[in-house]
Amino acid sequence: MEAFKKHIGVVAPLNRANIDTDAIIPKQFLKRIEKRGYGQCLFYDWRFKEDGEEDPDFLLNKEPYRHASILLTKENFGCGSSREHAPWALEDFGFRVIIAPSFADIFYNNCFKNGILPIRLSEGEVNHLFQKTEEIPEYKLTVDLQSNTITDGKGFEKKFEVDAYRRSMLLEGMDEIETTVLHGAKIEEFEKNHKVYYSMQDGGSTFNPAEKKRTI
Amino acid sequence: MGRTLYEKIWNSHVVVEEDAQPDIIYIDLHLIHEVTSPQAFDGLRTENRKVRRPDRTLATMDHAIPTMNRHLPFEDKVAEKQVEALRKNCKDFGIELYDLFSRRQGIVHIIAPELGLTQPGQTIVCGDSHTATHGAFGTLAFGIGTSEVEHVLATQTLKQYKSKTLAVNFNGELPVGVTAKDLILALIGEYGHDFATGYVIEYRGEAIRGLSMEERMTVCNMSIEIGARAGLIAPDDTTFEYLEGKPHAPKGEEWEQAVAEWKQLTSDEDAVFDRSVNFDCEKVEPQVTWGTNPGLVVSVNGSVPDPKEMPKEKQKMAESALQYMDLEPGVNISDIPLDTVFIGSCTNGRIEDLREAARIVNGYKVSEGVRALVVPGSFSVKLQAEEEGLAKIFTDSGFEWRDAGCSMCLGMNPDVAQPGDRIASTSNRNFEGRQGRLSRSHLVSPPMAAAAAIKGHFVDVRDWPIKVREEV
Ligand code: SF4
Repeated sequence: MEAFKKHIGVVAPLNRANIDTDAIIPKQFLKRIEKRGYGQCLFYDWRFKEDGEEDPDFLLNKEPYRHASILLTKENFGCGSSREHAPWALEDFGFRVIIAPSFADIFYNNCFKNGILPIRLSEGEVNHLFQKTEEIPEYKLTVDLQSNTITDGKGFEKKFEVDAYRRSMLLEGMDEIETTVLHGAKIEEFEKNHKVYYSMQDGGSTFNPAEKKRTI
Repeated sequence: MGRTLYEKIWNSHVVVEEDAQPDIIYIDLHLIHEVTSPQAFDGLRTENRKVRRPDRTLATMDHAIPTMNRHLPFEDKVAEKQVEALRKNCKDFGIELYDLFSRRQGIVHIIAPELGLTQPGQTIVCGDSHTATHGAFGTLAFGIGTSEVEHVLATQTLKQYKSKTLAVNFNGELPVGVTAKDLILALIGEYGHDFATGYVIEYRGEAIRGLSMEERMTVCNMSIEIGARAGLIAPDDTTFEYLEGKPHAPKGEEWEQAVAEWKQLTSDEDAVFDRSVNFDCEKVEPQVTWGTNPGLVVSVNGSVPDPKEMPKEKQKMAESALQYMDLEPGVNISDIPLDTVFIGSCTNGRIEDLREAARIVNGYKVSEGVRALVVPGSFSVKLQAEEEGLAKIFTDSGFEWRDAGCSMCLGMNPDVAQPGDRIASTSNRNFEGRQGRLSRSHLVSPPMAAAAAIKGHFVDVRDWPIKVREEV
């Protein structure tokens, strides 16, 4: 995963609440087995008309938003399905930061694993930024994760909160699995004392595969 | 101080606790399916990692598979490749797979409970947001992303922050003719579809105790639709009766030991929840959603609300929902004409759901111009329904009878709704385009969907003239 330290980019104002992951990436693209290349399918039903032509009215089909890398949006962004294809598509399109008053749980968590920084700001601050995008053409923000600040160089400056662990994950581009693997001995120890009352074989947890073989 | 059920399960699964970091918790059962796993297996291969506990992992195919003509090659080659990838991954890594023709194939959240793999006090994860379904057994179950699927495959653990706890107390009994689906829809309608973000819910109260396991699963299934990470119901005799004798449930002495342990799985009386709400069940009527999220819902005897009369911050959302749904404020719910009916999904694709729907359908014909589908949640539900004569009731009245899978719940397979279609659906999401581009979904219970198929519009099932079923 690419580390995230500081980012400067154009802000795309997508003024809608409750954007769900079905809208971010419709299901027909979930059949692919690759991890890359979903950027062209991002917001597919909004970006393209039924005949496959681009809808010129949709925000991300307009300049300068085709090259935006900061998404500004409304509450409960990323609700619905747990599909990680949603952050994959956002990242592949070029988004590195998403700003909203609130995010759905699973989506929020998924972002950090894919080099995207989701930032929660208050509703007032988000509305203020929406207004700025209207007033200033090609409105840009600088997001610095080392100092936890967002600035526009034109008077807006705001500290944002992000939990320390997730922050370090992004700053270092950390491989979470690797850090857990280091605890292998503890996992083994835990498994010794932890009872699970099923076995993948029929017959509950007392099933003994060796016996079954004998009786067949 | 006492502990909540959630805290008890959590504490018994913590492997590593470190300062300023999420805990590492152990995962007892990992369910996987074709859509959210291929990239995780790729990740394992790239890093040369193994699956730590193939014996605690179970795979099936449900999301993208066809529900008819399975003996033929897939029409959809991309989906076929995905299914092939799952076969190969399970084979390479030694994971049990209930493949397309297995008697145990089905929607992942339906098969684990019916096989007795879902048991109280466990942690269960799956790359699917409706994993909360399993919480009906008093087990901590939640959806994860593909990176986390990879993490669980590699380590059998997850790094997780503890959630806050929310008690939902259902007071009073559920009225006759009102289902678990109506109950959970009414709850989401009252509090809004993001109310419980950051929380794990424990559903409590008299009405919950009175529900069957299948009904409890319907309630927990939709926890994510109110924003919650998971939903829990403390296990009781209903739970134990359901589990006893299931293929993977413990037997004999071990069963006794398990039940004794499971009986401890309740929130202590002096346990403190971060938040509590009380919900009066007695006022609940059959529900129908009118908008584009499950919280936009009214009683079948109500009408489409006027956005202008809603709180200001909701007006814009409601207006755009009405525009998408092509509905005018003030229209009676019972006057909305339908052209498609879908009965199935992990919310309402179990045998009791099909029984309830068949009771309504029996002796009637599907209204002209309505396309009606019944898709059992699992192969074993399908077989049972055929044995009980339910399948015949459906096909006699003009329903299509399919093989098990997710089907039109999300339209990833060929069962896609067409633009403009208006669907009465027993599934859990009515988002824009969920069941097919530009299609319009109304979420309802199985009997409500069945009655709507017969009439071509919504009706209050409580007034439905049930025809007595001849013995089959
Ligand atoms: S039935 Fe629908 S909600 Fe359930 S797992 Fe399948 S797609 Fe998801």
